[in-house]
Amino acid sequence: MSEEQKTGRRAFIAASVGAAGFVALAPGVKLMDLAQARAPGESVSGKVRWGMLIDTTKCATGCSDCVAACATENAIEPGSGRPAQSSQWIRKIELKEKTGGHRELSLPMMCQHCANPPCVDVCPTGASFKRADGIVLVDRHICIGCRYCMMACPYQARSFVHEPLHHQNPEVPRGQGCVEACTFCVQRIDRGQGPACVEACGKSGHEAMLFGDLNDPGGEIAKRISTVASSQVRADLRLDPGVRYQGI
Amino acid sequence: MLRHAGLAFAAFVAFIVFALPAVALAGVPKPVIDIANPGQCIASPEVMRRTHMDMLLHQRDKTMHEGQRGGKVDLNGCIDCHASKSNGSVLGSNQNFCQSCHAYAAVKIDCFECHQPKPGKARIAGIKP
Repeated sequence: MSEEQKTGRRAFIAASVGAAGFVALAPGVKLMDLAQARAPGESVSGKVRWGMLIDTTKCATGCSDCVAACATENAIEPGSGRPAQSSQWIRKIELKEKTGGHRELSLPMMCQHCANPPCVDVCPTGASFKRADGIVLVDRHICIGCRYCMMACPYQARSFVHEPLHHQNPEVPRGQGCVEACTFCVQRIDRGQGPACVEACGKSGHEAMLFGDLNDPGGEIAKRISTVASSQVRADLRLDPGVRYQGI
Repeated sequence: MLRHAGLAFAAFVAFIVFALPAVALAGVPKPVIDIANPGQCIASPEVMRRTHMDMLLHQRDKTMHEGQRGGKVDLNGCIDCHASKSNGSVLGSNQNFCQSCHAYAAVKIDCFECHQPKPGKARIAGIKP
């Protein structure tokens, strides 16, 4: 593909996404409908599969609003003087192509909420599990902190809590001795809201993250995935991640 | 000799049956519980004392695996109502709601190694737990 064609394609995507910018609010509204459709006391359904589409062409280099919003929502604090040991549910990755125009891109990386999660396969206690709606979680009541799942995850998405915690969000229990990762802000999803990172990305004006139900053919995310080229990170592993990237 | 031993045993049994409960009623200290909001709980105190752990165990699986939140049994609901007005927590001293009985009965309380022992309202209001 020539450079001109590439630019043309990118400009087309940017333009089409720009046009969809207003419509991008619609999945939020849809999300509310779905959540309200679930009566109190009703279990999550396998009819829904939560997923995310990240447009790397809109993700701004140097912006870490998603990471900050995640830390605020889930009360993730840096460890006491040991940053390598502090929990990381979402991180920003900066990529640079070595050849050609040295194209740079930036993207958030977090738990990919795989349909075939290796962390669940290796868990010896059943603590690592996939909820019916596709969200991969750790049941800390059962987790023994063996960290096999951290070894198994090809995305390095999981963290181990090394130190006692005291400032947890009451809705997000976390503690020493357990493995944890991005939950898609499950406490917010159960209230009918989307993840905190997606909300922050929208507020920053980038709108690089789109969250919704992959199984809903009328939903914004399913429409976008069926119309624009998106890719799975390490698609060769056939894990069928729920987080898709556009423009990588 | 054997007869004396028998008598002594009978006296001992009589002591256990009649005297000890009296001592227990009169002299053994009971836990002192700081009840922040006296009123109606989700069940009677007798039921709650005996079965709160089973209720929470059942509910935790419902919430964790099936996403059912905000029902009748809800640990955050317990904390919102039972947190002491002095330090805003269910833990802290042997008068605080959860800690009082657990210290009295010498039962380790693991919930708060992960769960926040202070109500969400305090957090929303910006009070650092």
